[in-house]
Amino acid sequence: MSAETRFAPGTFTPAPGRGRLGRMLAVQTATETKLALRNGEQLLLTLIIPLALLVGLTELPIIDIGTPRVDWVAPRVLALAIMSTAFTSQAISLGFDRRYGVLKRLAATALPRWLLVAGRVLSACCIVVVQLVVLSAVAALLGWSPHLSGLGEAVPLLVLGALAFGALGVLLGGSVRAEITLAVANAVWFVLLLAGGIAVPESSLPAGLATVVDLLPSGALAGGLTDALARGTSPGAGPYLVLLAWTVVPGLIATRTTRLT
Amino acid sequence: MSLDATTSNRSAADPDQVLAVHGLVKRFGAVTAVDGLDLAQRRGTVLAVLGPNGAGKTTTIEICEGFQRPDAGDVRVLGHRPDARELRPRIGVMPQGGGAYPGVRAGEMLRLVASCARQPLDVDWLLGVLGLTDALRTPYKRLSGGQQQRLSLACAVVGRPELVFLDEPTAGLDPQARRLVWDLVRALRTDGVSVLLTTHLMDEAESLADDVVILDHGRVVATGTPAELTADATDEQRLGFRASPGLPLADLLTRLPGCTAEEPDPGRYVIRGPIGPREVSTVTAWCAERGVLAEELKVVRRSLEDVFLDLTGRELR
Repeated sequence: MSAETRFAPGTFTPAPGRGRLGRMLAVQTATETKLALRNGEQLLLTLIIPLALLVGLTELPIIDIGTPRVDWVAPRVLALAIMSTAFTSQAISLGFDRRYGVLKRLAATALPRWLLVAGRVLSACCIVVVQLVVLSAVAALLGWSPHLSGLGEAVPLLVLGALAFGALGVLLGGSVRAEITLAVANAVWFVLLLAGGIAVPESSLPAGLATVVDLLPSGALAGGLTDALARGTSPGAGPYLVLLAWTVVPGLIATRTTRLT
Repeated sequence: MSLDATTSNRSAADPDQVLAVHGLVKRFGAVTAVDGLDLAQRRGTVLAVLGPNGAGKTTTIEICEGFQRPDAGDVRVLGHRPDARELRPRIGVMPQGGGAYPGVRAGEMLRLVASCARQPLDVDWLLGVLGLTDALRTPYKRLSGGQQQRLSLACAVVGRPELVFLDEPTAGLDPQARRLVWDLVRALRTDGVSVLLTTHLMDEAESLADDVVILDHGRVVATGTPAELTADATDEQRLGFRASPGLPLADLLTRLPGCTAEEPDPGRYVIRGPIGPREVSTVTAWCAERGVLAEELKVVRRSLEDVFLDLTGRELR
């Protein structure tokens, strides 16, 4: 086949220009969300393990928490889900996207940098919504009856938690090699799950550790959600300030350390 | 910034130049990857950048794409600094390897890149013409190397850019796919798109490029059209043939004034000098007198590969 028959003259006549911002954002968000929902390892982290813990910790009296057990387990599992998506999953995918030149490829298009970030954030939000719906539905089947008065505090806490863990995820995934990101993101997830105030309530932790846990994003988020949804009390300004600090400081560092490759 | 002032005047003076690189320097620690490089490309032409591994080709192209910052020198791409935002829609980039989410399907990736352009090419048509229709739903990591290369090429051209950077576009492709890429580059040129490509393949450069730049150790060692570069000042040509080993070449040379002859490997002969029809028939007649058949008889002009090897040496990097 000759060039003439394969490519009609005028096919490639330059017509450069940037696409519509809304469409770019929509396509990028949809692509990243589909990728996250298709990835088995990410699903394990974001849905399967939180579901298993929700059911397991509710049905098995492994850890001494309040009753009904599901009321105390559900807020902690929601905190875990946020951490899984915004931190671990985000860091790992960012690390490998950099490794495979995805960010470079997209940066070479007309896609503005802020939109590159916005697409990832929106995609993470979509995953979080899926998590919240699935986990809340299963918790409801297990008999979850949260204090609805606490929703006003729970929602901003979830948003701030997602931002804080997201900033940490970008800081990690955007700066070091993909393999290191993979190892560190999983290790941190495991440590925070067990000793960071998520699976084990801080009241069951040694006194010294409990103070530290209050200052961790995991402890602040899980503790704040538990106060709001299980106790129906306000967690006060503490968790908000802790999460805000974990958003701003890593976020600012990440703007300097995040690299395309 | 007097340097900037003079160079912006220079690029403003020549709107027909899509690429103007002056005195480009890039160092990585103690290694100077690009060492005072000058490049110029006219609109609508294909410029091939050749050079051995480590010559500075990819570094140079990545600086032009805005992915690396130069340590010194001035680079203007379509009259802009390489990191200029307004430049993005006007250029197309095919990096050397990678450039897609590991789990993304070929169709999804091209659609995503196409969504960034105002008037992209038809995605389904482009996938089809590049032989990727069967791979539409295949995740990127399960595509063959050649399919990944073709997807990357599709991403580079889908936004209908004015200037396309192709870093080793045919590396690892089978001959059919290589022909396809060559056809596409020719079609781009026909339609007025400027193409800068790097390659290791001399026949690729000879067949596609209007202009060739040969780099070595981060410097330009030769530049010109393929014809200019292969034109031999001494007009020397070579006649090669195979026959039984150990023929008395000194006797042959008495009939070929102005020529030299050698037998680099047993049974393989090379005659150098002004080779014309008379010289060719002399050689075959001389062989016939000895009852020897001259096989694989070939007259070769100096190829771009000869020029390349002469300029950059024959040792491996």
